Amino acid sequence: MFKRAMAALALAAAAVAQAGTVTVVTSFPKELTQAYKTAFEKANPGIKLEILNKNTVQGIAYVRELPAGQRPEVFWASAPDAFEVLAGLKLLDDVAGLVNKAAPTKVGNYPINDPQGRYLGQALAGYGLMWNTRYLAANKLPAPRQWADLVKPVYFGHVATSSPSRSGTTHLTVETLLQGEGWAKGWTQLLQIAGNCAAVTERSFGVPDGVNNGQFGIGLVIDFFGLAGKYSGFPVEFAYPDVTAVVPANIALVAGAKNADEARKFIAYTVSQEGQQLLYDPKISRLPILPPEAMGGKAPQGYPNAFEIAKRAKVHFDSERSESRYNVVSAMFDQTITFRLKELQAATKAIHAADAALAHKPNPKAAALLKEARELAYTPVVDAAKAADKEFLAVFAASKKDAAVNKRVTALEDHWNSGARANYERAKGLAEQALALAK
Amino acid sequence: MLRRAGAGAAPGGRRPGVGAWVAGALVLAFLLLFLLLPVGKVFVTAFVEGDGTPTLGHFAAFFQQGLMREAFFNSLLVAGLSALFAALIAVPLAYFTVRFQFRGALLIQTLGVLPLIMPPFVGAVAMQLIFGRSGSVNLLLGEWFGWNLPIMEGLAGVVFVEAIHYFPFILMNLTVALRSIDGAMEEAALNLGCRGWRLFWRIIFPLAAPGFVAGASLVFVKVFDDLGTPLVLGQTNLLAPQAYLRITQVGLEDPLGYVISVIMIVFSIAAMALSAKLLAGRDYATTQKGGGALQRRRLSPLGAVAAYGWIALVLLVVLSPHLGVLLLSFAKVWSFSPLPDAYTLAHYATVFQDSGGMIRNTLLYCGLAAGLDVVLGVTIAYLMLRTTLPARRWLDWIATASLAVPGIVLAIGYLRLYKGVMLPGTDVLLTGSWLLIMLAYAVRRLPYALRSCVAALQQLHASLEEAAENLGATPLRTIRRVVVPLMAGGILAGFVTSFITAAVELSATILLTSAESQAPMSYGIYLYMQSVAGRGPGAALGVLAVVVVAVGTYLSHVVVERTQGRLAPAGKGSGSSNA
Repeated sequence: MFKRAMAALALAAAAVAQAGTVTVVTSFPKELTQAYKTAFEKANPGIKLEILNKNTVQGIAYVRELPAGQRPEVFWASAPDAFEVLAGLKLLDDVAGLVNKAAPTKVGNYPINDPQGRYLGQALAGYGLMWNTRYLAANKLPAPRQWADLVKPVYFGHVATSSPSRSGTTHLTVETLLQGEGWAKGWTQLLQIAGNCAAVTERSFGVPDGVNNGQFGIGLVIDFFGLAGKYSGFPVEFAYPDVTAVVPANIALVAGAKNADEARKFIAYTVSQEGQQLLYDPKISRLPILPPEAMGGKAPQGYPNAFEIAKRAKVHFDSERSESRYNVVSAMFDQTITFRLKELQAATKAIHAADAALAHKPNPKAAALLKEARELAYTPVVDAAKAADKEFLAVFAASKKDAAVNKRVTALEDHWNSGARANYERAKGLAEQALALAK
Repeated sequence: MLRRAGAGAAPGGRRPGVGAWVAGALVLAFLLLFLLLPVGKVFVTAFVEGDGTPTLGHFAAFFQQGLMREAFFNSLLVAGLSALFAALIAVPLAYFTVRFQFRGALLIQTLGVLPLIMPPFVGAVAMQLIFGRSGSVNLLLGEWFGWNLPIMEGLAGVVFVEAIHYFPFILMNLTVALRSIDGAMEEAALNLGCRGWRLFWRIIFPLAAPGFVAGASLVFVKVFDDLGTPLVLGQTNLLAPQAYLRITQVGLEDPLGYVISVIMIVFSIAAMALSAKLLAGRDYATTQKGGGALQRRRLSPLGAVAAYGWIALVLLVVLSPHLGVLLLSFAKVWSFSPLPDAYTLAHYATVFQDSGGMIRNTLLYCGLAAGLDVVLGVTIAYLMLRTTLPARRWLDWIATASLAVPGIVLAIGYLRLYKGVMLPGTDVLLTGSWLLIMLAYAVRRLPYALRSCVAALQQLHASLEEAAENLGATPLRTIRRVVVPLMAGGILAGFVTSFITAAVELSATILLTSAESQAPMSYGIYLYMQSVAGRGPGAALGVLAVVVVAVGTYLSHVVVERTQGRLAPAGKGSGSSNA
């Protein structure tokens, strides 16, 4: 009786999917999805768009756990790795036929659409620096322009970033930095920036949010986070540094969906000129995959041009290399930065203090100590040779479901973690000695 | 119909009757279908190799890591300290309002529950706005005195936020327990010359101990398993965040995340068993109920000033997140300033357009889930304390284990276990209906209702039931007319706790929502909070959620106060007031 009553209730309340409904699983904010829903339904009467907002991880789980025939139609998100996971599970249908021919095939060195046609680039995004103007003014800080600026002592405790294991775009930034500066120099810079960080946020959205409300001064963010905040009236600015990568946010057709034909129409619409123009909305502020001249003269004055930025960028992004060491970079970042941030901050603070004292009153012995402290704190736990070692990388690429593999990986991670902690603590001690000598 | 399961239990016979077996089987079936099997389906990863052969290697991998030992120790420390500080806030509030003639006692008890109704994200965001590094308090302190109060930094920040968030667990359970103490006990103590602190420590507090322990152990386990607060404050070196970070990493199935979850479950059950052990071997039951409760006294003028002052201070701090959310919901732009730049009503306009359905859904799902919880809670409590059913403690432990199951794990388990299952008699997928959302709420919030019901029954003397049976009442009638009405306060506390915490549950909600039309308010808040263009609409919806749930809480308190007055003669009405 209980069950029957519940079933009746459920039947009354369950959304009965009508013919012509396209369900879109997305991690994008409501402003963006609402704009597309309104415009698309107006252009295609008879097709209804149902937006299901889930974060990327939950979106993948949701699609994966539903039986064929009951799945949502479209998956729409930023991180390319999410699409790789779905494609690996054979959950994506071919959409190569929906490509907008007016769009270039590459932005910089990065293909806009998946070469195998499993997903399409829908908008472009570059990584950069976002800062709160009030915060900088109150703390008397200059606005940063390049990644290298962020290692300066003045920015200690004012920066925020996310982690590559949490956000595909942060991973791209880290990888861009590593490829642009080289493994060893790139990690040194990363560790120095991280030492200046007030926080490594768990979600990539935590960074722009913290900069918007003034909790952090400067954040490493994807461009539309910065631009949308600025155009919505927050006292924030955004700039692209020279070392940046421009990459697409993607859209794909889920295999085993009910209304595939209607879904194809929607995907084609999002990459059409009409669909691309919606990206110029100040609350959306994303970069079209079409060059400005193909946008029908709708490009606002001074709007960033993704293709110019990509041309200016020094890095030629090698996605194969990035893929091969993906798990190593993520694990290194988390074990030596995210989980050891407190110790890294303390070491960095001590190094800055000794540095300032030495600039005031030079002392060769103290300088040697400080140099050693820096080397301890800012040398990556894995050197360039090992990072290129195929056998080493294979350990991290193997399935962690295997207990032996898992044990080996966690042993390495533990080694990095405790090693980093010891290094940071020693670096702090050395820098404090240097400071005492220079006083 | 819902009541049947509870009423089927046989009363305190030495040998369990048929009713007890049936009730026990029903509860077990529920737990099996909606907790054990789905979670087991996900957790199996922790115990097998890639090819499916069983192994304990993943556990070995866990124990060899220094970081994990550090995380375990940190979790323990934070949970213990949070329970301590929560008790420091809650005990005076409960004691003052129950024992003294106090203006606005009802208001204070309602306001005291508000911290629990903070929707995820909203609470931590608001706390940052008020107490964070660039929050109002620190900006003003910096401006006036040139120094800052780093109260939101490090593990101390986690303890601060958790204690403020979860002290209502102690407040609610302790209030109910204090109310059900027999006034004769106090009079006897007074007659023997026991007064003041001694009276409190030696007589009143020990008699209310089941309520206190129920609340404090919930705070401990809840904080131990909480991941939202540490993550927002950037603290990763605790067990729950470590599990979460591994489970939710894109494209990487990491068994270690599930290993941590299993360890957290074992530990949570152990903590609960320990708290049960603390109470074991003592008798907290008093025979007289309702009418002859503790006398309310007048405070001396000095005492009144001190009590009101303390309460005002506590309420100011614990309600500051709500103040923050309220400001945020009216703010145009609020950035690096003690107060917003300008105010607007636009966010409420945005929210009112599409939140009507969400409010209805929240009330429906949470009402049903909380109703189911108290029925299950009463049944389990009864089976555990009044029957000798074999392995009855296991029901308690299994139900409690759900505290430590991350919402996302439960949701994935549901989707996996009920893949392709249709609702009986229809062509609607079970996973596509809101039924699973409701059941997930019921399972995740069952421990709260259960603790309250157990505490209430522990304070009830079995002689009352024996008297009823001696007078010829059937077991069923005894439960309906004596046990349930006398447990009313505890049942209601359980219902309210389940209801309001279910209203703000997020992680399972996001995954199980399969259409916007069946989304509850917490989904809407999540949606609006994701926007770089400002969190105004999210805050507005958060305020709305707080108001809706607070009104519900206030109404149920009113019902309890009334029933308390009527209880002795009527003995009916309170049990059904929460249905």
